[in-house]
Amino acid sequence: MSTSVYREIARNGLWKQNAVLSQLLALCPLLAVSTTMVNAVSLGLATILVMGLASLAVSALRGFIPYEVRIPIFILIIASLVTIVDLLFNAYLHDLYLVLGIFIPLIVTNCIVLARVEAFAAKQPAGLAAYDGVVMGIGFVWVIGLLGAIREFIGQGTLFSGIEMVIPGATAWQILPEDYHGFLLAILPPGAFFVLGLMIAGRNWLDHRANERAKARLLAQSAAATA
Amino acid sequence: MSETTPPVAPLPEPMQSSALRITLRTAMILLVFSLVFTTMMAEVYQLTQPVLQATALDAKRRLIAEVLPADAYDNDLLDDAIDLPPLPELGLADATRLYRARKDGQPAALVFETTALDGYSGQIGLILAVRADGRLAAVRVTQHKETPGLGDYIDPKKDRNKAEPWISQFDNRDFAKTPREKWRVKKDGGVFDQRAGATISARAVTKATARAMAWALERQDRLYALQAGTRYQEKSP
Repeated sequence: MSTSVYREIARNGLWKQNAVLSQLLALCPLLAVSTTMVNAVSLGLATILVMGLASLAVSALRGFIPYEVRIPIFILIIASLVTIVDLLFNAYLHDLYLVLGIFIPLIVTNCIVLARVEAFAAKQPAGLAAYDGVVMGIGFVWVIGLLGAIREFIGQGTLFSGIEMVIPGATAWQILPEDYHGFLLAILPPGAFFVLGLMIAGRNWLDHRANERAKARLLAQSAAATA
Repeated sequence: MSETTPPVAPLPEPMQSSALRITLRTAMILLVFSLVFTTMMAEVYQLTQPVLQATALDAKRRLIAEVLPADAYDNDLLDDAIDLPPLPELGLADATRLYRARKDGQPAALVFETTALDGYSGQIGLILAVRADGRLAAVRVTQHKETPGLGDYIDPKKDRNKAEPWISQFDNRDFAKTPREKWRVKKDGGVFDQRAGATISARAVTKATARAMAWALERQDRLYALQAGTRYQEKSP
């Protein structure tokens, strides 16, 4: 496999086929957990772990999975991995588990895991599949992290609130003045839809602009060639 | 990901003849996968169980330490417990435990849970320690779903006033000196502050605390006298 394959996967995961911004998957955890940036990124990190493992496992076992019953087997694999990650986190990383614990079971319901396993891992070698899972997970993290940051900033005027649960001793940034009363809408679920809608619009606008520029460049080139 | 990539393992030719054989073969494969992954989960569960139990016990100790200082008692709290049935008077739908703190053999405090059913969004779980002399040692929120950034100040971890969290105004409050009609938020004519815009959360906690204290103080002789490990039964009136 050449490096260009890896680069293409990375480009797809982070931007072009971004699970949230372009495929609109994973809306349930995305909207439920993005009230603060720390919550959002924490869930995202756990998702990366599960996606990497699930893609690796499905890809490694793909020779044994009959095509007709692949979906129940994929779900079995993903649910088992999430349960195992949940137990291991609880036992050995208990402080982090107290923060992430309620979100880890949510990963089972996150359709980007199943989507990647079905669309990619079931057809590709294990190393590439694990890489794709992780990159798709990173694409999920930056979107949910940004969404969490925007909602937290507008909603309560802070960033990194709750960071002390992940890194003891760290404190949240109070960005807006202390007497900022907060903007409730941003924290409630409708706020998540508004902000996500704006983010998708922003992505489409950037893509559109890039396309226009490419077209203009092409036109200029052909004009130069005929001249 | 082109169209020509073969799908995951196709069924071999001879097997495609009879529906029954396909069913059996596929079911066997599903069974094998279930067995393998269930075994993995069971193994990890076995492996982590001792650690999980230890952390659960630790968490309980830490929770109790939040409402009752360690120098207030000298017995083993976790052993000196009685089982409470589901008690609608305390908003408890499930059986819980009540821990009895003693110092030099004398009753010191009762540590137990209560639930406020009238939070802004659902129930608020509370743990509190009621001293034998009628003072509330402290009350803490164990779980809640109040609006983040608005009503969640009832949980000191989320309270932006770290030096003097909202819930600390209950610490060592004497139930005898703060009668029940004063044991309310200021908006309702009581003595406890509430934060602007989120009175409902504060009111729910305050009300549930008063109710739980009244409940415990009324029956504390019986609660202290019961033998450890037995089940408390509410007397029929």
